[in-house]
Amino acid sequence: MERQSPLFRLFLHVAALLLAAIILAPLLWLFVMSISPAADLAAKPLRWWPETMDFSRYAALLSSVENSAGAAFTASLRNSLMVAGMATIAAVSLAVPAGWAVSRTPSVGWSLSLVIGTYMLPPVALAVPLYMALAKFGLLNNVFGLALVYLTILAPFTTWLMKSGFDGIPREIEQAAVIDGASLWQTLRIITLPLAMPVVATSALFAFLLGWDEFFYALLFTSDQRAKTLTVAIADLAGGRVSDYGLIATAGVLAALPPVLVGLVMQRALISGLTAGGVKG
Amino acid sequence: MSGTWITTRAWLLMLPLLIVMVAVIGWPLADTVHLSFTDAKLVGTSGSYVGFDNYVRLVTGNAFGRTLYTTTFFALVVVTTEMCLGVLAALLLKQQFRGRTLLRALMILPWALPTVVNATLWRLIYNPEYGALNAALTQLGILSDYRSWLGEPGTALTALIVADCWKNFPLVALIALAALQAVPRDVIAASYVDGANAFSRFRFVTLPYLAGPLMVALVLRTIEAFKVFDIIWVMTRGGPANSTRTMSILVYQEAFSFQRAGSGASLALIVTLIITVLAVAYGTAVRKVAGSAA
Repeated sequence: MERQSPLFRLFLHVAALLLAAIILAPLLWLFVMSISPAADLAAKPLRWWPETMDFSRYAALLSSVENSAGAAFTASLRNSLMVAGMATIAAVSLAVPAGWAVSRTPSVGWSLSLVIGTYMLPPVALAVPLYMALAKFGLLNNVFGLALVYLTILAPFTTWLMKSGFDGIPREIEQAAVIDGASLWQTLRIITLPLAMPVVATSALFAFLLGWDEFFYALLFTSDQRAKTLTVAIADLAGGRVSDYGLIATAGVLAALPPVLVGLVMQRALISGLTAGGVKG
Repeated sequence: MSGTWITTRAWLLMLPLLIVMVAVIGWPLADTVHLSFTDAKLVGTSGSYVGFDNYVRLVTGNAFGRTLYTTTFFALVVVTTEMCLGVLAALLLKQQFRGRTLLRALMILPWALPTVVNATLWRLIYNPEYGALNAALTQLGILSDYRSWLGEPGTALTALIVADCWKNFPLVALIALAALQAVPRDVIAASYVDGANAFSRFRFVTLPYLAGPLMVALVLRTIEAFKVFDIIWVMTRGGPANSTRTMSILVYQEAFSFQRAGSGASLALIVTLIITVLAVAYGTAVRKVAGSAA
């Protein structure tokens, strides 16, 4: 390889700094807003760093005093955890057997293509009948109803990830176990599933993040603290008449924290998961 | 074990998934088709058959053309910008420099930020009275008066596009970077021996490896951009003066704000049709690119 000229090295560092600034500036500002006193945020000229850091909004939002902003926020936090959690467990339970079946029996693969093809469907194409059905069964504004609806997004995605995962486990290992006299069930339980655990964990994590991120269905199908999720609660704050922008920013930081931590820790798995489809075409 | 039993077993293992998919996707989609030929309301009356009335009225109405244009414009600009910025960032991240590992890790942050939080963050940045953008531009002397970035039809869509690109170009960059790292070193080395310049090295050596993954990213991002709802709803709700109203927002208004389930369903199916056509056209292109790159 040719050596980098000093001018090129300078250009590289300037470009790298610029990229870092573009990525970090909005995120840092979100954090700064969350710890700035309300007066600083309304000041002209704007104060870019608070004189005294004020973490009281975090305490306020995470408190559970009745009828406070905190009560609404913690309720939505709990709802988000429940809906995303339940939908994830259900999606993975459906995806593991289906993913294995498609991986080992290519002749049924077209059905998976059909399931994955539903990704193209805009949620608005399902929203009206889903709304009417949930209303009929009394599942509007209900965490179970919302979790069920989330399967429309989570189940195809996890099945696709599980199928790619099982493709990476050589079927010869399974065949060897069968020849040694293991039943199919024993083979799957003792050989295949333990080998597939990392993929199961990755799929579950991604599914959970998708559920955590979802907004459209939650906006339509929930109306109060019994089922409203975090994304809807934040959109309410942003669109409402909250005078303290720092509070909105704090809610944003708290909602972003779990996926951001997961993203940083799981970066490698994420990229390989996302590029698997690309490499295979 | 016979082939039929293996196939039957596969179907049995897939059955739970397929049942759920039919219940939460297949049936609702069929019902949307049915509703689209009726004048049903969201609550109450189940409506009566009206044939293609909904479709004709929607397509000839004045909201449809303008909304389709806005959606196409939004999708075209965000996808093109994200692709270009993503590839440029990937080329940068492939170079040797101090702090490269850290910068690569940072790229995951915008992707991980929930869409609604991203929309809220930019809404605060664009705030007409206290926003950081107004403050920064004024303090730098670029702007003399605070502006309402999301409140003026002339700037609202551009402001949305910036917010969407910021969140999504890093993902394209990471996908492109993974593809770049798959280019064999000896192929690059050979191009130096052959005396290729930087441009032709990118065009003829690197780009063929990038083409496949980038096409997939392009397809997925285009479909997502066409379906866009969340970021627009949180930032502008389609306003001001409908200047940022996309197809999904229009369906929402029709079906849920005005409670016209029938014509909302028709509109949703038109959107679905457009996305399907796009996806099939792209899919053909992907296969061609993948075929020529291999």
